[in-house]
Amino acid sequence: MWIPCKRRSLISIFVPMSRPIIEVESVSKRYKLGQFNAQTMREEVEQFFQRFRKKGEAAGIPHAPTNSSEFWALKDISFSVEPGEVVGIIGRNAAGKSTLLKILSRITEPTSGEIRIRGRVASLLEVGTGFHPELTGRENIYLNGTILGMTKAEVKAKFDEIVAFAEIDKFLDTPVKRYSSGMYVRLAFAVAAHLEPEILIVDEVLAVGDLNFQKKCLGKMQDISANNGRTVLFVSHNLTAINAFCHRGVFLDHGRLTEHGAISDVINAYVSSNLHNKDQTLSVFDAPRSGGDQKAITEAWVENKSGQVVNEALIDEPIFICYRFNADRILKNPGYGFGVNDMLGQRIFSFANYVTRGEPFADAKEGVVVCCIPKTRLLPGQYIISLGLGERGGVSVDYIEQALKLQIISRDIFGTGKMFEAAHGYVCVDGEISLRDA
Amino acid sequence: MTHVPPDYEFVIRPTRGWFHLDLADVWRYRDLLFLLVQRDFVAKYKQTILGPLWFIIQPLLMSVVFTVIFGKVAKIPTDGLPPMLFYLAGLLGWTYFAQTFQSTSATLVANAGMFGKVYFPRLVVPLSSVISNLIALAIQLGTFLCFWMWFKFFTTAGSTFGFTSDIVWIPLLIVQISALSLGVGLWLSALTAKYRDFTFLSGFIIQIWMYMTPVIYPLSQIPQEWQWVAVLNPMSMPVEAMKYMFLGQGVVIPAYFAVSVGMTAFLLVTGVLLFNKVERTFVDTV
Repeated sequence: MWIPCKRRSLISIFVPMSRPIIEVESVSKRYKLGQFNAQTMREEVEQFFQRFRKKGEAAGIPHAPTNSSEFWALKDISFSVEPGEVVGIIGRNAAGKSTLLKILSRITEPTSGEIRIRGRVASLLEVGTGFHPELTGRENIYLNGTILGMTKAEVKAKFDEIVAFAEIDKFLDTPVKRYSSGMYVRLAFAVAAHLEPEILIVDEVLAVGDLNFQKKCLGKMQDISANNGRTVLFVSHNLTAINAFCHRGVFLDHGRLTEHGAISDVINAYVSSNLHNKDQTLSVFDAPRSGGDQKAITEAWVENKSGQVVNEALIDEPIFICYRFNADRILKNPGYGFGVNDMLGQRIFSFANYVTRGEPFADAKEGVVVCCIPKTRLLPGQYIISLGLGERGGVSVDYIEQALKLQIISRDIFGTGKMFEAAHGYVCVDGEISLRDA
Repeated sequence: MTHVPPDYEFVIRPTRGWFHLDLADVWRYRDLLFLLVQRDFVAKYKQTILGPLWFIIQPLLMSVVFTVIFGKVAKIPTDGLPPMLFYLAGLLGWTYFAQTFQSTSATLVANAGMFGKVYFPRLVVPLSSVISNLIALAIQLGTFLCFWMWFKFFTTAGSTFGFTSDIVWIPLLIVQISALSLGVGLWLSALTAKYRDFTFLSGFIIQIWMYMTPVIYPLSQIPQEWQWVAVLNPMSMPVEAMKYMFLGQGVVIPAYFAVSVGMTAFLLVTGVLLFNKVERTFVDTV
């Protein structure tokens, strides 16, 4: 048996194993928009017969463009993945992440381009695909395992491990329709986690289940990549997880590959991609007011340290909250106030020149106010910025409770790959824990 | 997962043309095929009291209804055979065909959710329907044989019918019916993926088709010069042959049979190719 393989194994010794395990070459994917109706059907039938007629010159694009509108979900994507790498795919909604995963998992085909895959792929785009509610946990483990590409014998060999990981041994012979949603998800992930492909493709399945279980899943995935040297492609909106877990990243934006490389560079590119031009500031003239006597504040925006307008900022990045005002009178000894609230309307902190400055600002009728915060250190999430403008003696001129939205994005500031969560409070202060000799 | 050779390489690219059928891949997923059969079988009659008895009751009730309506009321002759037995024999092949057709034609749309999330050779699903319906057919065949023996040995009609030696061909006949139902089912399934109109059509097709097939009437009732029309229906000969094999009555002409087999082969091959073509990108349109 080994003799015919001998030559092959010699080659694999002398040729360094540097061939990428996945090579994506100018892959594009087009979707047709709109409804399918009698007209599209007629077009298809016509095309079909046309191809028969012009057999000689038929080597063109399979579906010649028609007048129905089109949408390119992916456009000319190329990158490669080395064996053992863990690659995070990031991008906003509708950036083409899911389409890319679907093509890599062979669920659909690209419109053009080519992908070479040198290993078996298991994709986990959803937990519990193919689970049948009437079947018992035991039956579903076998069914789901084989759907994901294992043989029955392989499932059998892993069966006890799967049951132990899912912690459902008491309910093994109960139909899964009687399971709690937590048990269902645990069982489904357990089956998937025990696949042993060379390449594992994982969509945001970790968004389901409780916090403890999410941690267990992440741990298991880390284990798969670190100890078994498997290649993992991982899509998530959770930048903390991506940052901790992935070596490299791919950043998709509107169907194009914007950045590909070390994960920290890719995350930076992602964060700064939401920059607008300076003139794209937000008009707040029409925003509802919560105080004051006039609509003096006209525009508001947040800048990063390069002066670009953003609506996202890293947890430890300097931000500049700015607003432009134009009052109907000269404001004597003006007061400029800023507040940051969480999504529930709870005030996290405020900033105002009455408190922070010893001497007053000069009288003004109009101008641009800038509030610089070197590090917000707010826990990752959405925040609402309030803006206030006042006059000597505590007179409120204008006050907008909900002027701007700001997304704070996690970064691995402790170098541990971990970050505090909403349950731990609102801010992540600077500090350190150590033991002192007793 | 099984060991992968070091030079394993799989290429994903847009496929042009019709002949990229990977049957080896279907074979690799054979365990899934049998687990799907098991799922169909187990899940179908969960939470019913009679369970798999329904496999027997359904065709029996049909036969009783036919006996009353077509035998007693409409008085359609049955080649001199006991009507109950005649209808049961006709329904054997037909029920199998109709059930398989209906489940395979729903393949793509009914499993869209699963197909959108995981890859496996899609052909596994319709093949599993063929096999799980085969189990139902076996149960019905057993029921039929019980009735056959009762009529043979305990009624006066016993001398009017009997097996013919051609019964040895029955496995091939069942293969042909499987192939035909799979072929037609795959056609419908592929068409339904894009245009749902065909969903409504498939229920209608199967009803009309039954009346065009000699299930409730013998082929001998059709005047000889018009029989060739009935034979353009590829299900006519298999259903008639089934009655002939078990009961010794029926019009089975080799030339007609050749037409039926030829059409079956054509429908199966084109059905598989069309399904295979549509399946590659159908999640985009479903």
